[in-house]
Amino acid sequence: MKVRAQFAFVFNLDKCIGCHTCSVTCKNTWTNRKGVEYVWFNNVESKPGIGYPKNWENQEKWKGGWTLVDGKLELKSGGRASKLLNIFANPDLPEIDDYYDPFTYNYAHLISAPLSEATPTARPVSQVTGQPMEKIKWGPNWEDIMAGPWVDRSVDSNMHNIQKEMYGQFENTFHTYLPRICNHCLNPACVAACPSGSIYKREEDGIVLVDQDKCRGWRFCMSSCPYKKVFYNWESGKAEKCIACYPRVESGMPTICSESCVGRIRYNGIMLYDADRIEEMASTKNDQDLYEAQCKIFLNPNDPEVIAAAQREGINKDTIIAAQKSPIYKMAIDWKIAFPLHPEFRTLPMVWYVPPLSPVQSQLDQGKLPTGPDGVIPLSGSMRLPVQYLANLLTAGKEAPIVNALNRLIAMRSYQRMKRVEGVVNTTAIKAAGMTEEMAQDMYRYLAIANYEDRFVIPTGHEEERLEDPHGFQGQNGFTFGNDSSVGISKITLFPRRRKESMEPRSEPTFAGDR
Amino acid sequence: MHDNVFSLHNILFGVYPYVCLSVFIIGSWLRFDREQYGWKSDSTQLLSKANMRLASNLFHVGVLAIFGGHFVGLLTPHAVFQMLMSDMGHQWVAITAGTIFGLTALVGGIILWLRRFTNARISITGRGSDKFVLTWVMITLILGLFTIPVSIGHAGHGDPRVVTAMAEWIQSIVYLYPQPAYLEGVDTIFKLHVLAGMTVFLIFPFTRLVHIWSAPIGYLARSYQIVRSKRYRQT
Repeated sequence: MKVRAQFAFVFNLDKCIGCHTCSVTCKNTWTNRKGVEYVWFNNVESKPGIGYPKNWENQEKWKGGWTLVDGKLELKSGGRASKLLNIFANPDLPEIDDYYDPFTYNYAHLISAPLSEATPTARPVSQVTGQPMEKIKWGPNWEDIMAGPWVDRSVDSNMHNIQKEMYGQFENTFHTYLPRICNHCLNPACVAACPSGSIYKREEDGIVLVDQDKCRGWRFCMSSCPYKKVFYNWESGKAEKCIACYPRVESGMPTICSESCVGRIRYNGIMLYDADRIEEMASTKNDQDLYEAQCKIFLNPNDPEVIAAAQREGINKDTIIAAQKSPIYKMAIDWKIAFPLHPEFRTLPMVWYVPPLSPVQSQLDQGKLPTGPDGVIPLSGSMRLPVQYLANLLTAGKEAPIVNALNRLIAMRSYQRMKRVEGVVNTTAIKAAGMTEEMAQDMYRYLAIANYEDRFVIPTGHEEERLEDPHGFQGQNGFTFGNDSSVGISKITLFPRRRKESMEPRSEPTFAGDR
Repeated sequence: MHDNVFSLHNILFGVYPYVCLSVFIIGSWLRFDREQYGWKSDSTQLLSKANMRLASNLFHVGVLAIFGGHFVGLLTPHAVFQMLMSDMGHQWVAITAGTIFGLTALVGGIILWLRRFTNARISITGRGSDKFVLTWVMITLILGLFTIPVSIGHAGHGDPRVVTAMAEWIQSIVYLYPQPAYLEGVDTIFKLHVLAGMTVFLIFPFTRLVHIWSAPIGYLARSYQIVRSKRYRQT
């Protein structure tokens, strides 16, 4: 058992209102720069829809993620040799138009235009070339709230095995939002596909980062990420991706997308997992078993054996305590109401989703849905959002875990409603969904109230673990000797290396009591 | 023979090679040391994908094959070469391989050059150095292709002197005993090609060409996953 800690997320789709505040705060913080105008580390898609970039979920087209070759895990785009053979032109690379041609408007013209009969207009201008655009044909959220014809949106890979025609009819339409960021996977395909070895997973919190000094811009990370969440900065020539706001997280603050989420749908927390089982679990034969396989990789942070093993790996106490209070663990493991996005990509993603229920609730209240024997929980087939669709999104098509989660969400609401509105404690529904009263109350607290301190349980980074000589570092923060802000990777340098921080003796002082 | 040591010929073929090689090596090292953020392939495939698969592969394969051919063909000591083939054989191999891969690189290069200069996205976002370096490499390539008919002329008369003279000259440079005199009898087109080629090394560290140093061969032997620890470890 090799215990590692992972900074993980849950997004509660049930409460997402599609306001894009997450996208905007993220954009303003990280990608409001030249070369990444088209980049949204965080974006919110309207589903069903083809998303950003177009049809990103269709891996027959993009060849992202992993596949099994004779039972062994291999990059879907091909192994190491094929990467080098294709290095002069990546055959699976999206073009910028697959995302969108980023644009702004010529606002200055509104002020500077000479007097004329007609009101001057601000014409769109490409942010890549600066040239006027005749017509904006696509954007990062072109399909917002079911915009566009159903024939185009229903190309969505998640409509697999679903009668498309039926859901194109007005009275049968359904819709949900899907906010997406980098999944900071346990088995990241981008890391594996990087010929330069510039992408890495941090041991302390599992955040996946691109070493900007080491990246050479070969771009295989972009095409190998099945979520298409690694981007190419066409100005710097380097790969860039969501950094899980690590400067914030190291200070114990949630990511900016999570912090600014008005719906309070985002949860940040720590999960402990067994790094020795990554390959075994990602190699699970049947796609539909991958969700359960990933659940098995997580370790119970209250198990004394796990705690001891974690300490042996050098995981600090703050992180272990955070793992014990993790909202992610509660939702994913204790309550089984959160699921990974497309586990069939075999990257073991670490942004999990609570399936949306909202379209059901009003019908339920009006007594329009056929229910099971408990009289509360509707039959899964009667829900507006086809369970098969959610299953295709979250469990590689396996419906049972999704139905179970939806039933629990409905039962929790039913229980609370009876208690609050009618003043009666009725446990029929929660019992039918296999829940205890305590669990229903906890779910209510975490999902409905969603207090800040329950949503975000983040241990601060332990900078002292990084330093060879913490004493010598004092008084130096921010003051360095030359080009020192980058740690750099050159082993041999033309220039004088900087000397050690201080001349203090390094030997550990002895305890007074030992003398 | 030039009596004056500082004749233009001697400076161009006795001194300039060292200037180019020094700048090439020290410049590359300096840039790697100090400017790694700018060390990259600088791909534009994201902005325009059309024809890239064909053009980029033709260009890169052609150029790499030509570079390898020059390296082996010119730097192998004469004595070693003669164990393998005659000087005439050497010349015919050079003519054949040069034609095949030269044309390969030329076709790819022309498509890339047109793309760089006429495709609005590539042209506008490209730096001056991107346009310059591609143009310069193409000039060198075309000059090289123009040497082929001259070589065929020499070879047709059973005269291998040019190819041996070029090899001896380059080797004299490498052995730090420059003998520019070797190139005195050589046709002008060869000299122009050599000058253009040396200049590629001169501009190398200041352009995107540095990505050649970073050919990721090590990837073949690397484990897929990379985990970095911030924790300080006693080494």
